[in-house]
Amino acid sequence: MSLPLTALSTLAWRNLWRNHRRTLIMLAAIAIGVWAMIFMAALMRGMTEQMVRNGLQTLPGEVQLHQRDYRRDPSVVNSMAPPSGQLLAVLQSAPVAAWAGRVRVPAVISSERGSRSVTLLGVDPAAEQALGSLPGDLLEGRGLEGDEDRGLVIGASLARRLETGLGKRVVVMSQDPDNNVVERGARVVGIYRGRLQGNEDRFVYAGRAAVQELLGIGERISEIAVTADDYRRVGDWYPAVAAAAGSDLEALRWTELDPFLGSMLAVQDGFTLVFMVVVFLALSFGLVNTLVMAVFERVREIGLMQALGMRPGLILGQIMLESLFLLCLGLLLGNLLAVLTIAPLAGGIDISSVAQGMEIMGMSATLYPALHIQDMLMSTAVVITLGLLASLAPAWRASRLDPVTALTRD
Amino acid sequence: MSDIACRALCKTFHQGDETITALDHVSLDIEEGSFVCLFGPSGSGKTTLLNALGGLDTPDSGEITVGGRRLDGLSRGELADMRLHNMGFVFQAYNLISVLTARENVEFIMQVQGVPAAQRRTVATEVLAEVGLAGLEGRRPAELSGGQQQRVAVARAIANKPALVLADEPTANLDSHSAAQLMDLFVTLNAQRGVTFVISTHDARVMAYARRLIGMRDGLIVSDEQHQPHPMDA
Repeated sequence: MSLPLTALSTLAWRNLWRNHRRTLIMLAAIAIGVWAMIFMAALMRGMTEQMVRNGLQTLPGEVQLHQRDYRRDPSVVNSMAPPSGQLLAVLQSAPVAAWAGRVRVPAVISSERGSRSVTLLGVDPAAEQALGSLPGDLLEGRGLEGDEDRGLVIGASLARRLETGLGKRVVVMSQDPDNNVVERGARVVGIYRGRLQGNEDRFVYAGRAAVQELLGIGERISEIAVTADDYRRVGDWYPAVAAAAGSDLEALRWTELDPFLGSMLAVQDGFTLVFMVVVFLALSFGLVNTLVMAVFERVREIGLMQALGMRPGLILGQIMLESLFLLCLGLLLGNLLAVLTIAPLAGGIDISSVAQGMEIMGMSATLYPALHIQDMLMSTAVVITLGLLASLAPAWRASRLDPVTALTRD
Repeated sequence: MSDIACRALCKTFHQGDETITALDHVSLDIEEGSFVCLFGPSGSGKTTLLNALGGLDTPDSGEITVGGRRLDGLSRGELADMRLHNMGFVFQAYNLISVLTARENVEFIMQVQGVPAAQRRTVATEVLAEVGLAGLEGRRPAELSGGQQQRVAVARAIANKPALVLADEPTANLDSHSAAQLMDLFVTLNAQRGVTFVISTHDARVMAYARRLIGMRDGLIVSDEQHQPHPMDA
């Protein structure tokens, strides 16, 4: 016998509204649960994406090329020639959006008040701009004007620690390829606010050519950072870059350069799923209770339907449909609520009061919730799957009622 | 289909330590087109026998054959199918689906049977008119009187043209006028459609319509005789 879906749907829908108050309360509970799932997922995903993006801007790039020993000893000794030939051709073609060669060496910066250990970055501002790796928030002074700029741009926190300021002279000290100490006086031309306070203390920017001259390395560089503006699809173009780099250079994806950052994305989906399941498990007690009550209230009617010739499977199907309608309505409301509450937060949520604590995780002062369709789909799948599973017991019980006993129930 | 044969039906219930014999080796044959009343005091086994004939209840022992088909070997689903296609039920307490209108209650079984919508609608309109409820098709059970609800139940029972209608105390909650109207309707359906009626009752007004009266007491058939119908005035 074909399933009389229309008959079952009509019955299920009307039965759902027999007790308006109970149905509305359950609907509200499901809708709020679904909203919580999606809203929290959006916050968590926004947090993760921000951590990844901040991390990528610090690295910078989704892929980096180094001399093979550089990561073991990130000194000027392990530098490499600027890209040429096939590698340069790959870097200048799609999908690569931007790349930059930079000098990156450990250094000490000293003012008349103190000294700090830093990472000296010799950069070409035009190339770095496209990578998004330059500090964007200049508090004082100016940014670097070219790769021959001999000024320094330092972080606000570092400036405070060194008790120096804009226009003051400081000394930068590092080692040349022969392990001789080299140093040069330079003027602070800009003070930046970093996305992360730790970066303000750590990174000092100078023109690439000026740093190369200081270190005596000619045109050699420490690393090449490459981006295609989509950290999730790095696997698509990484092999071409790695092949062009050859065996002398080491090409690493961002997930290898910063394994913690890489694992963030991997565990994000798992965390979201677990959270959704936990929320729904709490909800499912209410759902089961609603259905048990709904079945209990119409035992006699169920007995009647059996007496009239409805197979147990159809009784089960009708109760399951009732549950499905309730779940779908709850999902619709919950998703709508989520969109309506997340959309106004597109400008970000100010979490500066806790940002210092969160900074250790790579967070910045503004959190941007990220509403992903995959989270809405995941919550839908969780709610429908677990909801129907939870409904099976009362529906099964209803379908197995003895018609004679059911018909004589008061 | 409606030839019924029961052989040595036994059924007992347990209430605490007490064992109640509802059917005690009941044997019975009912021919197609019969109009039979099972009568007797409460607890005599009428309803149990009726439920067993409809496949709603399973006897502890014995055989039931309806339309040449043994019921005792059928699964719950097969019994449901048999009721769906061959039997109509009228219960004491109207037993309509409260969220459906009169028409939808009548159409419901046909929907489950897979009858096309247009045909369902035509049949439902016809049978509701036949039971005197033309114009009340859109009302829900709560908006109908007891007599009207019982007529809807009858319309539902006959809509799928069953060969057998089993009615358990159908007039118990009706006033005399409604009871007489209902019994007149049963008689008409029996005469015009050849539907077999088996009615359990202890209402003398109902027994007056029967062509065969089967008396029961303590699970036993104590009398079985042909009867000349003599409907009483309401």
